Amino acid sequence: MARRMTTATPVPPANSPAITPQIVAEHGLNEAEYARVLAALGREPNIVELGIFSVMWSEHCSYKSSRLHLKKLPTTGPQVICGPGENAGVVDIGAGPNGTKLAAIFKMESHNHPSYIEPYQGAATGVGGILRDVFTMGARPVANMNALRFGSPDHPKTRHLVAGVVHGIGGYGNCVGVPTVGGEVNFHPAYDGNILVNAMTVGIADQDKIFYSAASGIGNSIVYVGSKTGRDGIHGATMASADFAEDAEAKRPTVQVGDPFTEKLLIEACLELMATDAIVAIQDMGAAGLTSSSVEMASAGGVGIRLDMDAVPQRESGMTAYEMMLSESQERMLMVLKPGREAEAEAIFTKWELDFAVIGEVTDTGRMVLEHHGEVVCDIPLAPLADDAPLYDRPSMSAEDYKAWANVKPLGDIPESSDIGADLLKLMASPDIASRRWIWEQYDTQVGADTLQRPGGDAAVVRIHGTNRALAITTDCTPRYCYADPYEGGKQAIAEAYRNLSAVGAKPLATTNCLNFANPERPEIMAQLTGCLKGMSEACIALDMPIVSGNVSLYNESKATGGGSAILPTPAIGAIGVLEDIDTMATIAFKSAGQAIILIGHSAGQVGQSLWLRECHGREDGAPPPVDLAIEARHGDFVRDLVTRGLVNAVHDCSDGGALVAITEMALAGRQGAALDLPDVPNPAAILFGEDQARFVVATDDADAVMAAAKAAGIFVARIGTTGGAAITVSGSEIPLDDLRKAHESFFPALMGSDAALA
Amino acid sequence: MKSAVIVFPGSNCDRDMAVAIRDISGSAPAMVWHGESALPDGLDFIAIPGGFSYGDYLRSGAMAARSPVMRAVVDAAARGVAVLGVCNGFQVLTETGLLPGALMRNAGLNFVCRDVALSVENTQSVFTSNYRAGEQIVLPVAHHDGNYFADDATLDRLEGEGRVALRYAGGDANGRVNGSARDIAGLLNDAGNVLGLMPHPERAIEAAHGGSDGRRLFEGVFAGLSVAA
Repeated sequence: MARRMTTATPVPPANSPAITPQIVAEHGLNEAEYARVLAALGREPNIVELGIFSVMWSEHCSYKSSRLHLKKLPTTGPQVICGPGENAGVVDIGAGPNGTKLAAIFKMESHNHPSYIEPYQGAATGVGGILRDVFTMGARPVANMNALRFGSPDHPKTRHLVAGVVHGIGGYGNCVGVPTVGGEVNFHPAYDGNILVNAMTVGIADQDKIFYSAASGIGNSIVYVGSKTGRDGIHGATMASADFAEDAEAKRPTVQVGDPFTEKLLIEACLELMATDAIVAIQDMGAAGLTSSSVEMASAGGVGIRLDMDAVPQRESGMTAYEMMLSESQERMLMVLKPGREAEAEAIFTKWELDFAVIGEVTDTGRMVLEHHGEVVCDIPLAPLADDAPLYDRPSMSAEDYKAWANVKPLGDIPESSDIGADLLKLMASPDIASRRWIWEQYDTQVGADTLQRPGGDAAVVRIHGTNRALAITTDCTPRYCYADPYEGGKQAIAEAYRNLSAVGAKPLATTNCLNFANPERPEIMAQLTGCLKGMSEACIALDMPIVSGNVSLYNESKATGGGSAILPTPAIGAIGVLEDIDTMATIAFKSAGQAIILIGHSAGQVGQSLWLRECHGREDGAPPPVDLAIEARHGDFVRDLVTRGLVNAVHDCSDGGALVAITEMALAGRQGAALDLPDVPNPAAILFGEDQARFVVATDDADAVMAAAKAAGIFVARIGTTGGAAITVSGSEIPLDDLRKAHESFFPALMGSDAALA
Repeated sequence: MKSAVIVFPGSNCDRDMAVAIRDISGSAPAMVWHGESALPDGLDFIAIPGGFSYGDYLRSGAMAARSPVMRAVVDAAARGVAVLGVCNGFQVLTETGLLPGALMRNAGLNFVCRDVALSVENTQSVFTSNYRAGEQIVLPVAHHDGNYFADDATLDRLEGEGRVALRYAGGDANGRVNGSARDIAGLLNDAGNVLGLMPHPERAIEAAHGGSDGRRLFEGVFAGLSVAA
């Protein structure tokens, strides 16, 4: 305990309030946590110090409820250059142009609470924040993705939220010049009072030009670059660490305001400086702004830090040290420079018309000391701030108790369908399956001129610039499965990502996650979290897709909608893979008439938790389809091999809506119908709409070769039809493609209307 | 063939434009920063790329049009140097006065990014000589402010002088792409050496892009310029 030597108490800043229990509570610290603060400091904190402890020990920054469980995730592998703990994960993606060795740097992050309160700025700054996490490590961002969850389409706020979020993502991503290439959207009443906005960025860097956050070099300058600091976003991290009460709207001032133009300048200026060797360490100012960036840099490097608050570029006059340390003003970075390199760095930032200020230095004290107006206003030992952060092993329900609590009805009798065509039309128009064209046409999907697959396929594909290789990128999660069975749902999210990458011909490489759950102080929510993590871990190991970065967002529930309504457990997955030869890439579209349609994998008619059961029969019953990870791995390998050998030219995985929806999407994309010929089964609807896992639909000119390859590999396949015509023909129904397209394209325009831009 | 790409703070299609020029012409363009007051000597071709110069604050292209380098571009255009402005570049050209009219917010108010069909209306310019008159081509658009506006008298004059280079053709089920007057997608100056274009030819230069109709624009320009030189 020698490190907790006490020093002279810093001078409380002018007008500093006394630290009353009420002020402590307003900072989100409970009594036990405040006692830890007192122990760490050896005295009472002043308001600046309390603010710093408050944000660093918030759920958002400290992961105090999830840290224990996150440690169990698989995070290593030969492909991993840097796993969780830095700004983003780094993986080896092999050769670049001119013999370079490249890395993909990527992460997904939530911006849920701000996006519900102020959807445009909330979503926009979510994109800005995740971009900074990636380029702060030296990567040029090459692709953005997003995973969105909204409430019921007929909830009065949904339309406003969809419009604001989509415009915010587009407004930011389009301006910074990074293509938004895909994502996913679900609607469910569980998100009525708490939407989810998860943004992912993928960047590419030279392996020998990767930048980390650990400060080092006693006496080195600490440099602030980017935008000035204002009073926006103060306490954003604390807000993100509590349930919404009835007063969600009143939290609007805690939402930050984004400036994508400045971000674009910051990307170019940082990458220009990174081409030199002037930087020792760099960290973006995200949640908890200057506090978390400076504390994390110093802690990672095991050093101390001294900052002169008078030198911080300020947007407004009269800002206090407290405000500056807790501001979440956007588009700011903190760097440690090598000695004597300040002028060179300043010239670059001046050229890009950005602020540049030396605001402090690296020290050997192990303490964070802040000076303002010539007085010490904060003096905190850094080790306890990091090491003594609260860590909770929250009580969790057993799987059995959870099952009873979740109260999912058993599947019981499977209904029969009297009209397959009518069911198909209904599903194609349903909120979770309908075409997302209204959304993605508002995103610049092609800037960079390397986008090889735009949204609408299984995975987005972005060429590695200057090569014949590409990255495939996907986001996946099926929250209704996770609710009904967290363990199977966790496995399924990874398995679906694996299938989506395999379907375009890419080798899955690594994973990021964004774990969105409700209040962890409820044992049933902890059961969801631990169950999903267990399933995800097993799947990541079985499918060799280690988790290299991620983010946890808890307290996603709202009293605004009538009391304690938790979201569905939503562990959103982002995954990347490498496509070795872009000329072999597969897409979902049928290419020509007369091709054999082959279904890979067994179909047992798993309709529990299926969209067919929900949309056509109004039931959210049954267990989700079980995931057999060994079979997933084999089927993925098999499909990738078919794609690489050019044996198939249209591939689609089966997920929401089952095999018939997959085939219909392939037909619509290729403007080429399909005649299906099913074996005689008692309830064809269960086979056609069941959501059995580990399945793909492929189209081929050489059915014999595909069947032979399947036989050799011991994989179950069935020839189920032939491409051609202008309709889907199945089980006595003939459904014209024109009708299916109309159904598929109708949902979003009908929901959003032509005046949605004003919503 | 000597070319330049102008780079403003917030340009984001500058690198794509440079790749297209380099791949098709065989020589890399000079990247010219907005603060320069002079252009490299002996330029044959200047591209003003897409993006969000100055964040599109004030009006799209308005601040970029007042950059030092744009005075040099206006002078070069007057000397007959070929100038292509794409997307934000088109907006800069109208704000500079090199082209008449203005590009307003899309009629649907949303940003629109998709492939659009275009009809080639004028094949006499250096930019469009590689297309057949009336030919339909497909290029991607990606913009928020592409709704071309000029008064009727100006529009009549532009039509009469054959200065509409490309027109949106067909539209889609929702109607038109962005509400442009007379469906104008690309516009020439009176001398025919300046073209403003909302669609992005640099995003359609190879099969991997999903189409290569844009490549023919660059091939036509570079072939025409090398004959002239």
